[in-house]
Amino acid sequence: MQLPYRGKRDVYAGLLMVLLGAFAAYIGSQYPLGEVSNMGPGFVPTSLGIILAGLGVLIALVALVSDKPEEHATWQLPDRRGSLCIIGGLVAFVVLAKYLGLAPASFALVFISAMGDTEQTWKGAALLAIVVTACGIGVFSYLLQLPFPLFIWKG
Amino acid sequence: MTALSNLSYGFQVALQPSNFLWSFIGVLIGNMVGVLPGMGTLAAISILLPLTYALNPVAAVLLLGGIFYGAQYGGAICSILLNLPCHPSHAVTCIDGYPMTKKGMAGTALGVTVIASFFAASCGIIIMLLFSQQVVNVALKFGAPEYFSAMLLGLLAGGTLSKGSPLKGVAMTVVGLLLGTVGMDIYTGRFRYTFGQLELGDGIQLTALAMGLFGVSEFLRSVNKLKVIHSSARVRARDLWPKLSDLRQSFWPMVRGTLVGIVTGFLPAVGPTISSFISYSIEKKLAGKPERFGHGAIEGVVSPEASTHANVQIDFIPTMTLGIPGEAVMALLLSALLIKGITPGPQLMGSHPDIFWGLIASFWVGNVLLVIMNVPLIGVWVKLLAVPYRLLYPTALFFICIGVWSTNDSLFDVGETLFFGVVGYILIALQFEFAPVLLGLVLEPLVEENFRRAMLLSHGDLRTFIDRPISALFIGLCVLLILGQIFGRLWSRARRTPVATEVPAE
Repeated sequence: MQLPYRGKRDVYAGLLMVLLGAFAAYIGSQYPLGEVSNMGPGFVPTSLGIILAGLGVLIALVALVSDKPEEHATWQLPDRRGSLCIIGGLVAFVVLAKYLGLAPASFALVFISAMGDTEQTWKGAALLAIVVTACGIGVFSYLLQLPFPLFIWKG
Repeated sequence: MTALSNLSYGFQVALQPSNFLWSFIGVLIGNMVGVLPGMGTLAAISILLPLTYALNPVAAVLLLGGIFYGAQYGGAICSILLNLPCHPSHAVTCIDGYPMTKKGMAGTALGVTVIASFFAASCGIIIMLLFSQQVVNVALKFGAPEYFSAMLLGLLAGGTLSKGSPLKGVAMTVVGLLLGTVGMDIYTGRFRYTFGQLELGDGIQLTALAMGLFGVSEFLRSVNKLKVIHSSARVRARDLWPKLSDLRQSFWPMVRGTLVGIVTGFLPAVGPTISSFISYSIEKKLAGKPERFGHGAIEGVVSPEASTHANVQIDFIPTMTLGIPGEAVMALLLSALLIKGITPGPQLMGSHPDIFWGLIASFWVGNVLLVIMNVPLIGVWVKLLAVPYRLLYPTALFFICIGVWSTNDSLFDVGETLFFGVVGYILIALQFEFAPVLLGLVLEPLVEENFRRAMLLSHGDLRTFIDRPISALFIGLCVLLILGQIFGRLWSRARRTPVATEVPAE
């Protein structure tokens, strides 16, 4: 599969670092800077942001100057179903753990993320989710006594 | 003699039944997780970190040490049997380890690996015993400028020599440092980069960052992409015993690999991955028939594995005596100690001798356990290699979530993990390496504190870093490191240029 962008990868990598660095330096400079002999909270973050932006410029420049052919990318676009299910499963875990408790959250996480694999079946995912939830609760809630609410019963 | 009495004290601690039990559990679980394809040492430690929260500090450290050893050996099994480098330091092992498996010598390869790692780790432990006290004596004289310069060197080395482009490595170090500034400022108590989120006041959680970058982003990348390779290898316990001729053939490579690992371990810049590459190329140069390499030469497995283990062992010295971790795995161990309220540093040996010497002795105990355990369990590990990915990653996600959640009892941190997982995926796409980010995050508070204190004491005069001899030494090494990188590049470029100009002319 083709990469979703043209040109040299390191130019984009450098640009991303420039953006990150500039953002960090901008926010950092809003905090009191102080002076070198008595630094305020903004001094170190702002300097780090500037250094990062500088490194980003260097990374991009080296890539532009270099005559070395781009190495073949070893990655591809993420698998859409797989990645959406993993992200969805994690979101479901956070929401359900907050409102319903650990047991439903674990089941949802494992079930949803397992469905991301194209070879997985509904039954297989459900079975895996039940087994992992049961074992997980056994180990973490009973053996290690972590104080998580298993179920939350309120409207 | 003091080294011996310290060691015997360490063994008393490590062999107490409860401590021994945790060491055993650590090696067992670490080995199990390390064998699973796609799970490196870092992933194993960060997923299992929550197990330590309920334990006392000594048991926690012994458990983590065990996990570390187990995971490392598990990674070697994975690379020899499946040709999958689960951890970059095992990448070299694949080159000759997998051909050995194809020749039906998987058992021999695994057997000599156990022996080599045990030998190398033992040598490393002896070096630790002999030199830790000296390092501590020097470190006790450290002031703020020395600490800052030493950490600067560690950060630069971690960034430039990790893998891939040194500039990008240093950029990742700076990103880690910036992430470390999130939260409350140590001197003024002012919130930085919290964007109104109260949960960010304590800073970014290391476990959330580590599991996002090394766990979630890896699953995002591999889901439906990772081909399941069924290993045809059948390994039984008795295959592990190498033949006498194999042993004779691997003895000197093992010694040389160990030496390389120890020497490189003392250079702050060189981690296990690089030292394994160095020892591999040394073996290839020394071999009578270098063409055997790549086709299952036993030296090509033994020597890199020995050097990795020795190197890692030496890496524990700065972590435990200075509180400055040399690589990401050490950073995680350090943070586990910090969670327990113990600050590794020159005082640790005096204030918590049970942790310091107990850990060293437990290295030995752990290595012996590893050897003994792998004889009956090797068949089980081989079966584990065949666990399909569709069962593996949802289960791992569950452990990640519960681990991060339990660290601070905060669901916000689980959200952080997801965030860093997605960010990590973008960074993988741009070929950035993550290990320096962890190092930066862990070291930032110390770096900033010591830098600001040094500047306060010197009234803003930067020369304080070169006026003091120990600090000047570290700064000098930093400069050498940077110059070495630049000239190394220019040199290899100059050598390449003639070839490059000839090609279009033809």
